[in-house]
Amino acid sequence: MSTDIPEGREAAVMKLADSDFAGDRREHDMRSAALDYLNKIKAGELGALPAILGLISLVVLFTALKPDTFLSKANLANLSTQAMPITILAMGLVFVLLLGEIDLSAGVASGLCAAVLAKLITDAGQPWYVAVISGVAIGIVIGTAIGWLVSVLRIPSFVVTLAFFLGLQGITLRLIGEGGTVPVRDDVIVALSNTNMPIWLGWLLAALCTAGYTATQLLRWRRQRVRNLHSRPLQFVLAQCAVVATALLGCTHVLSQDRAVSPLVFLGGIPWGVPLVGVLLIVCTFVLGRTAYGRHIYAVGGNAEAARRAGINVTRIRISVFMIGSGLAAISGIVAASRLNSVATDAGGGNTLLYAVGAAVIGGTSLFGGRGKARDAVLGGLVIAIIENGLGLLGTKAYLSFLITGLVLLLAASMDALARRRRSAAGR
Amino acid sequence: MTPVRGAEDGWEPVARTIGSPALPGGVADTLTDHGRLARGGGAARWEPLGMSVTPALDLRGIDKSYGSVKVLHDVAFCAHPGEVTALVGDNGAGKTTLVKCIGGIHPPDRGEYRFEGRPVRVGSPRDAARLGIEIVHQDLALCENLDIVQNLFLGRERRRGLALDEAAMEEMARSTLSGLAVRTMGSVRQRIATLSGGQRQTVAIARAVLWDSKVVVLDEPAAALGVAQTQQVLEIVRRLADRGLAVVLISHNMNDVFAVSDRIAALYLGRMVAQVRTADVTHRQIVELITSGVSGELGLRR
Repeated sequence: MSTDIPEGREAAVMKLADSDFAGDRREHDMRSAALDYLNKIKAGELGALPAILGLISLVVLFTALKPDTFLSKANLANLSTQAMPITILAMGLVFVLLLGEIDLSAGVASGLCAAVLAKLITDAGQPWYVAVISGVAIGIVIGTAIGWLVSVLRIPSFVVTLAFFLGLQGITLRLIGEGGTVPVRDDVIVALSNTNMPIWLGWLLAALCTAGYTATQLLRWRRQRVRNLHSRPLQFVLAQCAVVATALLGCTHVLSQDRAVSPLVFLGGIPWGVPLVGVLLIVCTFVLGRTAYGRHIYAVGGNAEAARRAGINVTRIRISVFMIGSGLAAISGIVAASRLNSVATDAGGGNTLLYAVGAAVIGGTSLFGGRGKARDAVLGGLVIAIIENGLGLLGTKAYLSFLITGLVLLLAASMDALARRRRSAAGR
Repeated sequence: MTPVRGAEDGWEPVARTIGSPALPGGVADTLTDHGRLARGGGAARWEPLGMSVTPALDLRGIDKSYGSVKVLHDVAFCAHPGEVTALVGDNGAGKTTLVKCIGGIHPPDRGEYRFEGRPVRVGSPRDAARLGIEIVHQDLALCENLDIVQNLFLGRERRRGLALDEAAMEEMARSTLSGLAVRTMGSVRQRIATLSGGQRQTVAIARAVLWDSKVVVLDEPAAALGVAQTQQVLEIVRRLADRGLAVVLISHNMNDVFAVSDRIAALYLGRMVAQVRTADVTHRQIVELITSGVSGELGLRR
């Protein structure tokens, strides 16, 4: 009547298992670390790999097709301002996608907020900060409304945001007037995309960011070692720091070159919008990875019922991610307005949203919820911007560029779905 | 890893090897008897293996209806610290409802709810958690995309300023799991999705005991597990009781019940038909109680 297991057999079972948290204490050499990484990839934990590979292959492709223009300094600077609005919009969408929800209205919400900003500056003569605060506040109000409808009335977010997608376009049209355009001439707003930082400031910021990143990573690694916690192999941490440092300093170097057509003037430096994206990236990464609120977002995205039982207010989390999504969309709209120096009735319409969703998914954020990081938006945003930019340089016909962008989005979504199947097959 | 009691007695049910204080009234200890005994100062007879006399959990006269369906009739139930109390009954007997009453998910309509001797009101899961009553549900409620540490502390994260105190949480998680003598996990930073059923069950149990809880209710912890994993989970259940917690174990498997429990409470059609010491009854008697509500002198009065 007891559940006896012969002593020997049970011992055998125990021996088979990786026991006593050995994985946490195991000393990593480069070989075992690389093997672990390879196993992770095989099991569908792709991380940032697809985005980085995509970036490299696209750069190679377009350099081969347009050797003189694509890698020109002017075009690379252009690329950075092109990627900014997509990246910021995608960063907001990462929060929404983490819950497994979707915000189809994020693009037009960014357009509406930009229209409000333009109207306030141009027609009402308000200073830029009043206009920016109002624009972002309207974004947050829109997000709150969507979040409430989704989490309290439990309407699928797809339907709610589709309705907002149509409705907000109507409001923008009413605000700007049919076929109209509102110019944005405020110096501060225009400077975001059109003015560059002084060269020395760019280098200083890049150096500070590199040093800060490396220091945080190494300090964390040391703390984990000292307290005997789970830590990654040092070689990996160092390699990651090296990659980030190369990327940061390399971009600074490229953008600091003189890219003026005329030899008489100097045009160089990092556009002011880039540090804005940097700050947003740091803040979002901190919120998602290091705060209880971020942890709860992942929990709700992974298993809402478990989160509810753990005492997490699921409704509040749901509403808040839509607020963040639409708030960041407003900032993205402002950056886009800065780039175009104006806001038109179709601002944020067309394929803006699909680009942003594509960026998040290409970066590695799952459409199924529970997986994703803020940095996905930056990597994916760059990929999308390169596609848009490269196709523009090639002079691709409009129909073809729609087809190609659609295909890229589909490809990213398929990769996400396949990786997910892989993970569940591998028990991850 | 050696089984918890394996060294001394080769994994025998505790109650049987240690024996129980004599019950003068013989094996019979039905609902009515229990009520009388408790009130009549016969509590000493209940003394559980030398632990305190007051039950950690003491429910009396619990009624619960869902709409017009009366699910629990005048149910009495108690769980003692340091003991495993098995709650058995056929499907629809009211086990889950009783657990929901204990956990405050569906508070009882009528009845007395005492916790460590004090009358309390448990109107919500939060009330229960505050008292130190934790329930491990059958569907575990873990987030597969998070790792073990993150799941253990979900909703009750340790913070340092704005940020999470990952180091402290990882240390606490490891010491809690080691305290349960869980040695089969490679890393506390594994995602739940990579764990086996038994390991997930262990994580869910560890989450329940991480918070200084006094009563842990386990709903069918071994339902979906293989033989070796069941054995592991039962060892953990036993260990919890040995650490002084009051453990309530819901199970359909008589072998498991007899292997680890000190007492058995049998529900039949919404009535508590018997609360007996495991050592005083046989496998067959319990099966009869479950299926017909009566077994010899035990069970419902006809």
